[in-house]
Amino acid sequence: MLLRHTTKEIKEREGLTINPAKTCQPIGAMYAALGIHGCLPHSHGSQGCCSYHRSMLTRHFKEPVMAATSSFTEGASVFGGQANLLQAINNIFTIYDPELIAVHSTCLSETIGDDLKQIVTKAKDDGKVPEGKEVTYASTPSFVGSHVTGYANMVAGMTQQFAEKSETQLDRTNIVAGWMEPSDIREIKRLAKELAAEILLYPDVTDVLDTPQTGKHDMYPKGGVTVEQMKTLGDSKSTISLGNFTAEAAAIALEKKCGVGFVSEDIPVGISATDRFLMALSKAAGVEIPQSITDERGRLVDMITDMQQYFHGKKVAVFGDPDWIVPLCEFLVELDMKPVHVLSGTPGKRLDKRLHELLDMDVPDANIKNGASADLFLLHQWIKNEPVDLLIGNTHGKFIARDEDIPFIRFGFPIIDRVGHSYFPNVGYSGAMRIVEKLLMAIMDRQDRDAPEERFELVM
Amino acid sequence: MSVKRFMPDASKLKEEILEKYPTKVAKKRGKGIVINDPEQPKEIQANIRSIPGIITQRGCCYAGCKGVVLGPTRDIINIVHGPIGCSYYAWLTRRNQTRPETLEDENFITYCFSTDMQEDHVVFGGEKKLAKAVDEAYELFHPKAIAIHSTCPVGLIGDDIHAVAKKATAKFGDCNVFAFSCEGYKGVSQSAGHHIANNGLFKHVIGRDNTEREGKYKINLLGEYNIGGDSFELERLFEECGITLVSTYSGNSTYNDFENSHMVDLNLVMCHRSINYVAEMMEDKYGVPWIKVNFIGAESTAKSLRKIAEYFEDADMIQKVNEVCERELSKVKVSLEEAKPKTDGRLAMLFVGGSRAHHYQELFKELGMKTVAAGYEFAHRDDYEGREVIPSIKIDADSKNIEELKVAQDPELYKKRLTEEDVAEMKEKGIEFADYKGMMPDMDHQTFVIDDITHYETHKLIEAYNPDVFCAGIKEKYVIQKMGVPLKQLHSYDYGGPYAGFEGAVNFYKDISRMVSSRAWKLVKAPWQKEKETTPEITATYVA
Ligand code: SF4
Ligand code: SF4
Repeated sequence: MLLRHTTKEIKEREGLTINPAKTCQPIGAMYAALGIHGCLPHSHGSQGCCSYHRSMLTRHFKEPVMAATSSFTEGASVFGGQANLLQAINNIFTIYDPELIAVHSTCLSETIGDDLKQIVTKAKDDGKVPEGKEVTYASTPSFVGSHVTGYANMVAGMTQQFAEKSETQLDRTNIVAGWMEPSDIREIKRLAKELAAEILLYPDVTDVLDTPQTGKHDMYPKGGVTVEQMKTLGDSKSTISLGNFTAEAAAIALEKKCGVGFVSEDIPVGISATDRFLMALSKAAGVEIPQSITDERGRLVDMITDMQQYFHGKKVAVFGDPDWIVPLCEFLVELDMKPVHVLSGTPGKRLDKRLHELLDMDVPDANIKNGASADLFLLHQWIKNEPVDLLIGNTHGKFIARDEDIPFIRFGFPIIDRVGHSYFPNVGYSGAMRIVEKLLMAIMDRQDRDAPEERFELVM
Repeated sequence: MSVKRFMPDASKLKEEILEKYPTKVAKKRGKGIVINDPEQPKEIQANIRSIPGIITQRGCCYAGCKGVVLGPTRDIINIVHGPIGCSYYAWLTRRNQTRPETLEDENFITYCFSTDMQEDHVVFGGEKKLAKAVDEAYELFHPKAIAIHSTCPVGLIGDDIHAVAKKATAKFGDCNVFAFSCEGYKGVSQSAGHHIANNGLFKHVIGRDNTEREGKYKINLLGEYNIGGDSFELERLFEECGITLVSTYSGNSTYNDFENSHMVDLNLVMCHRSINYVAEMMEDKYGVPWIKVNFIGAESTAKSLRKIAEYFEDADMIQKVNEVCERELSKVKVSLEEAKPKTDGRLAMLFVGGSRAHHYQELFKELGMKTVAAGYEFAHRDDYEGREVIPSIKIDADSKNIEELKVAQDPELYKKRLTEEDVAEMKEKGIEFADYKGMMPDMDHQTFVIDDITHYETHKLIEAYNPDVFCAGIKEKYVIQKMGVPLKQLHSYDYGGPYAGFEGAVNFYKDISRMVSSRAWKLVKAPWQKEKETTPEITATYVA
């Protein structure tokens, strides 16, 4: 047994988190920054944080993840990190020549109280930022929220610092991408194209974290939204943010600064969330949803009606990030499945509320929990008390899945033991078809494995 | 096949690299880039702080303490006191394998423990939260030992983790709780964390159990972390040769073995950088001598085993070792013959860790490959130039706060294992104690030795040499592969291994010959792109 010390009996814990279902803010900030063209993320703290964040993102994407660090030593942590950051900015522009440096703080620089705004202003005043180049920043202390919060803070920070409003109004809709895979963003852009909707989507990690093998390493791959483009955000008609937890903050910042109104939608996972997104986009852009998309939807529904018997009543445990597990649970309920345990390490009252709204009717006894005490140790204990047919979550779930012999579907961040997530989307109707296929594979493979010989089916 | 390769002029290349840097940076980096002379190792600048913004490979002190040294022991509960990330990232990512003897044995390796500090704790202090966490860990799991590790913010807010540990130890009675102030900003790299971990183990664990265990010839293996099962292979060899392994620091290891580890006859040091402090302190306090060994490479493994047998001067063991080596080497030879046509004459670069960039050169040598550039991520000058330079190393402000434990001879347990004459006699036989000659003497003339290499330097080296294999870690993996050069991870072994011992050598030969001859690299250019090519591309070198 891999988790042999996990007991069935649940005791309240106040001090100890065991097997977390979240990680820290800066990794999200680093990820978001990579969606800006020519950007080098910079971690303002000791070098361990930067090393860990780069490593984890690299394991997840199997792609280069470049970032620099202020390399604090004991001196810097006593006297403040200003000198380190100024030096870093100078070195980075001289040696690595990015268009933009996106600085995020760490627990250490937050605890010291370094003021990023003041240091970045000083760097500009001292002439350390070359003509036409930019430095942006976000405060991302990990003792607040989670990696999800860090993503939101970075996107909101950049929006706040770059967005401008000019005289010309553009017939264009902004889409703030919540934390998604490159594959998902590609799919959203494809859908917008099908609708003939003019959009500006950011941050955009396509062609940054899914680059082709060419025999050449581009430190700044061709993808990513440019700072120039971001400066025009204020000229769009309206904004759609995808993800309450990771994208909405930026939409709010943009509304405040440039008066661009927004609607907050879920990341389009499953049928209903995709329906809502498409309707919102159609409305915002003033375009019709074409027959081709309605057909896509129809194919998905057909697949579900064909295979409905395999979903019905199956108990599922789900863990992950709020913006993903909310629409996923909605979809699972639409499939007649029962999410009986739903957990996120990311804290949020809003998450609790949404999940209760979705589940209270159909799964009244569901275990729902988020925040500091919602960890995978607890999830495992829930499963021991009420077993499930399926576990859905990031790679860390594989230990529970193996010990309890539960079929396991990888979903969310990080996935560090399989590939595919960055290439094949989970969003939109085609993404939902992929989810359906995965669910069926897991359920039916298990049925095949466990069936007595006389009931081993040829046709299913 | 032997490939004739173009070699750039090393001094010119060094100049070219430094040109790009701002003057101050160039001056500093220049001292960390050395063109090698094996007869007379030149001074290299090492163990100094990385320059902000430079893109270093290095991690932090905490990573060296919790991640490297304490992490791999299965029955110690490691509680990380700090916000969630630091503990999360060090959760199972180093691949230290462990194999509990029974289903009932404790194994916490798969668990991640954190106090998950919140804003309140940063503002008002986190000691109470930590004490609660320790209590809860004890109540839930009843472990023999709990280690507390502090991360960056903890040092600043001033939580006294050692007081919490002391109190808890007294309260529990049957659980040893001890703490490590290994905040990430201490020192300049993982290295400070190794030192802090060594000190803590020596203060709180080693020497608590003085029973004489069974076994005629007892050893510890220090600085071996059982990545990919390396220790399992070495355990197999020791057992067959009649050598009793008491503890491995730290891989497939247990707390009780550590407690008893000062009772051995001899310490073997694999990774000198991360564990030499324990070796020295055990010698000073208990009189256990240590020798440097290397079980990476088939020949080195045989040499190291023979060294141990020679040390014990036991005819049976010598015979056994010879038999084992002969048998294993003949198996290894078959694999080597298979691999060599693909690997012979090819070029390797190794930039990793604090010992592997040296040890793995042996395996490349066996494969007929030349190491043209190498360096460590967090080593000290002695790991490059040899231990004789230690007295001349200046301790700078960043390292001087890392405690140097003063260790006196134990009045009861100190036992001198060797007389002066023994030492002299052993030296004749080629066994030197407390000695490590470093990487430089083993590298060729005009090769590059670079400490704490930056991304920019890596890029320039690859451009200039177009090596066939590059060895580094996960952060470098796909960067370098995007350049068309296969990268072997020498922290995680790319989820393969073991690479130690004889079986490890065979695995490594197979992996490297696969990597340098994989068909995938020939697919990089689409046929319509190839037609347009006028100059030969990087991929052309992979034609086996
Ligand atoms: S110190 Fe904070 S930012 Fe750095 S790894 Fe730990 S939790 Fe993350
Ligand atoms: S906060 Fe400090 S201890 Fe934690 S990963 Fe960062 S540098 Fe290391």
